[in-house]
Amino acid sequence: MARDMSDKEILQMELAQLKMEVDTPRTATGANCQDTIDFVEGLAADDPLIKGVSEEKNPYKADKGGCTIT
Amino acid sequence: MCDQTFVAITFGPCDRCEKNFPLMSIYIQGEAATYCSFCVDTMACEGLTKGETLVTLKNESDSLKKKLEEERNKLHDIELHKVAEKVEVLGALPIKTRRVLKGHSNKVLCMDWCKDKRRLVSSSQDGKVIVWDAFTLNKEHGVTMPCTWVMACAYAPSGCAIACGGLDNKCCVFPLSLDKNENLAAKKKNVAMHTNYLSACSFTNSDMQILTSSGDGTCALWDVESSQLLQSFHGHTADVLSLHLAPSETGNTFVSGGCDKKCNVWDMRSGQNVQSFETHDSDVNCVRYYPSGDAFASASDDATCRLYDLRADREVAIYQKDSIIFGATSVDFSQSGRLLFAGYNDYTVNAWDVLKGTRVSILFGHENRISSLKVSPDGTAFCSASWDNTLRIWA
Repeated sequence: MARDMSDKEILQMELAQLKMEVDTPRTATGANCQDTIDFVEGLAADDPLIKGVSEEKNPYKADKGGCTIT
Repeated sequence: MCDQTFVAITFGPCDRCEKNFPLMSIYIQGEAATYCSFCVDTMACEGLTKGETLVTLKNESDSLKKKLEEERNKLHDIELHKVAEKVEVLGALPIKTRRVLKGHSNKVLCMDWCKDKRRLVSSSQDGKVIVWDAFTLNKEHGVTMPCTWVMACAYAPSGCAIACGGLDNKCCVFPLSLDKNENLAAKKKNVAMHTNYLSACSFTNSDMQILTSSGDGTCALWDVESSQLLQSFHGHTADVLSLHLAPSETGNTFVSGGCDKKCNVWDMRSGQNVQSFETHDSDVNCVRYYPSGDAFASASDDATCRLYDLRADREVAIYQKDSIIFGATSVDFSQSGRLLFAGYNDYTVNAWDVLKGTRVSILFGHENRISSLKVSPDGTAFCSASWDNTLRIWA
């Protein structure tokens, strides 16, 4: 547990982690950003919070304006 | 926050030198021992290889961090908002408060949606955990926990159970039944035990496993049936405040954020920390995966939210404004990943355009700080929980 470790142990743990991370495989930012944008563009048209939902379909809108007796 | 543990000073014979001194209880190789402070210092030096001191370790650590930065910068060819310049600007959002859920008598600390998109569970400082139907505002179930400050709650994927925990250092699971008269507290099952408060919990893809994070700096994966610890994750050097599982069906990774300003990505099967990011200036309060699973966002007390790309292994966007000085406590993405909703300590929710890095709108309504914010599973609404004792549903 981090609270019980001395400063030296914490530093040793961080060091071991950093050594591992320097070798992580990475790809270029630009390509990844483009992928992200394409992903979003594909889905954005259907996003209910962006385009809004019509009165009839929105389960949250029918709040005021009369009651229905079933 | 509430992480003060008061150590009672015991006086007695030290396990190592046998002399009477004020004792510290520490853990060596996982076993508890009580030593006096002189022995602790001597032993700390013995554990190092020749020539290693705090200073040399720190220097090596700093030089490795620099090297890591260089490696990451080599692949940094363009910024996200530059690539997104050709994307259409978002119009005004038609979002406002549609429901206010009143019923808690104290600060609401956490909430979670059910997969059926209409139920949600919320937990509060008054010790109550309530299951609501968001469409009708009915309270379907209520449990009172023996401890106050229930800081984490989660809904099982099947919708048949909820998990919660907080200052009691445990995570308990309650099976939900259709019978309203049934006493839920009687069916309680203690699953997780930590040595400090439970900050977040989440079911994995099934009802059978729970992932928890705690103020003791670790995350752990538990089997619900047997309450066995399946895997523990060490690597944070301070309290872990939040975790989120990767969205894919076969995903075996999760991300966690803590008071050591780091966000770590873990492999659930091996317990290994596969990537870590340390660019925030203060505690990371919340982390959330991007809908595609290739990125995640974090919210921090330094008043910024940041987006990290996992394949590029770096931070790709910061969502900040000079006028925002209060810490962000929670974030979530809209269904398409175009919007990032963030709740702040200045009582507002800001909606950010993920791609362009600009703020699209501010949502007012709460009368105290936002503690938790989650978008519903079908993306039609999001719910925010606040210290003003209410939850609000926005759509």
